[in-house]
Amino acid sequence: MTAQDTQLDQYGRLKHFLTIEGLSRDLLLEILDHAESFAGVGERAVKKVPLLRGKTIVNLFFEPSTRTRTTFELAAKRLSADVLNLNSTTSSTSKGESLQDMLHTLQAMYCDMFIIRHGNSGAAHFIASRVSPDVRVINAGDGRHSHPTQAVLDMFTIRRHKPDFPRLRVAIVGDVAHSRVARSEIHALRALGVPDIRVVGPKTLIPAGIESMGVTVYNELESGIRDADVIVMLRLQRERMRSALLPGAKEYFNCFGLTNARLRVAREDVIVMHPGPINRGVEIDSEVADGARSVILQQVSHGISVRMAIMAMIMGSLAPGREAG
Amino acid sequence: MARETRIWLKGTGRDNPLIIGIHTGGLWVARRLHRELGITSPVGELNIAFYRDDFSRIGMHPRVAPSHLPLAVDDRHLVLVDDVLQTGRTVRAAMNEIFDWGRPASICLTVLIERGGRELPVQADVVGRRLDLHPDEHVKLTGPEPLALEIKKSE
Repeated sequence: MTAQDTQLDQYGRLKHFLTIEGLSRDLLLEILDHAESFAGVGERAVKKVPLLRGKTIVNLFFEPSTRTRTTFELAAKRLSADVLNLNSTTSSTSKGESLQDMLHTLQAMYCDMFIIRHGNSGAAHFIASRVSPDVRVINAGDGRHSHPTQAVLDMFTIRRHKPDFPRLRVAIVGDVAHSRVARSEIHALRALGVPDIRVVGPKTLIPAGIESMGVTVYNELESGIRDADVIVMLRLQRERMRSALLPGAKEYFNCFGLTNARLRVAREDVIVMHPGPINRGVEIDSEVADGARSVILQQVSHGISVRMAIMAMIMGSLAPGREAG
Repeated sequence: MARETRIWLKGTGRDNPLIIGIHTGGLWVARRLHRELGITSPVGELNIAFYRDDFSRIGMHPRVAPSHLPLAVDDRHLVLVDDVLQTGRTVRAAMNEIFDWGRPASICLTVLIERGGRELPVQADVVGRRLDLHPDEHVKLTGPEPLALEIKKSE
C-alpha cells in the first residue's frame, strides 16, 4: 500500500499523516479550519484543551530539529497529551536496536502516537504500515521525500494573508532538489487550486522534470519572483556546497539571495516565508527576514495550531465513526 | 425570556453581565437576548467542540467557528445561553471551557427550550419554554433569521 492509501481510513478520514499527495482540497481545508479554531487556545489563560487527555505521544527524531520538534511537543501538550521525546543519539538505536524493535518496545508501553523525523525517505510510511491498528503516525520529515505538516502550516499562513488561492502566484526559491518542504508545498498548492507555481533556483538545484508536477522553472531570481504574491525561500543546505553543486555562499547570495531591492519586482503586498532555520546573508538578507513583508515568525506560531489540528483529527479517527445525520 | 432574565439578574443583584452563547443555536438566542436586554458589552461565542465528552466515540466535530470571548471573564457575571437543554453534557463542557478563560464571579444558565432527558445534574436558571417531548422526538432551532423551532421524530 502506498503512503496515500495508508493514511486514510475506510471513511476517508485521516488516520496517519504521511504525505500531502492524494489529499483532497476539502480535507486540506478541514485541517486549516480546525487549526483556526485551535489558534484561539493560545490566547487564553489556560492554553490547553482536554481532547487528548490520557494519550501518550512519542516524538521520535532521528535528525536534528528545533522548531518542528518543539512545536509538535507544544501542540501535544496543549491538547493535554503526555509527551516523550526521543532523539536518535540518546536512544538505543545507537546501540544497534532496529527501528522496528524500538517501535515494538514503545508500543508495549502503550504509546498512542509516533511523530517521526528520519533521514530516509519513506521511514514514516514504513512505521505506519507496521504499527498496531490503534496507533497513529505523523511524518515530521522523511529524507528528501516530504514534510507534510510544514506544507499545511505554510498554507495556513498564506490563507491568513491571502485567502483566495485560485488567484495566487507563488514562487519557491532555492535548493528545491534537496528540499522535502518544496515537494509537499507544491502538492498542497496544487490541491488548493493555485494556478501559478514557480520554482526558482540555479539549474544544479532544480530537479530535472519537475515541470511534470505542474510548476514553471525559472533560473533567474528577478523573473521568478516578478508579481509574486507569496515567496517561499528555502534553506540552502551548506553541506551541499562541498559537493560542488555551488561555487560558494557569497556567489549564491549574489545571484539568488533575497534583498529588499530585489523584492521590489514582486507585488507590493507580497509575503516572504521561510521554513527555517534561515541562513542570513546566504539565501535571505536580514533586512528581508526581519522586514515588514516577512511572516517567518508567524509560520512558527501557526505550526502549533496546525499540528494540534492534525493530531486531534487523526486521534479522532479512532472513534467508531460518526452516525449518519 | 428576556424579561425573566432581567428579573432574575435584578433579583440576584448581578449588574453588567456578559452574554455568552454556545455555537450555533445558543449563539443565535444569545444575540437576540443581548439586543432585548440592551447590553453594551459584546456577545461571547463558545465552541465547545474541544471539551465534548464524546471525542473518543465520534472524533472531531465538523468545523464550527472558534470560541471568542471578547472580554476577560474574570470576576464578571456571565449569562450562558443555549437553545436546548436536554442531557446537560453541553453545559458541562461549556463551563469547563469558561474556566480555562478565567474565573467568573457567577454563571447564570438561560435556555430557550428545556426538555427532559437529563444525564447530569444541570438545571437552567431561566427557561424560555418547557417542552414535554417523547425521548425519540428531537427539537431543533433553525435560524438565525427568523428563529424557528422544528420538532422531528427519529425513525
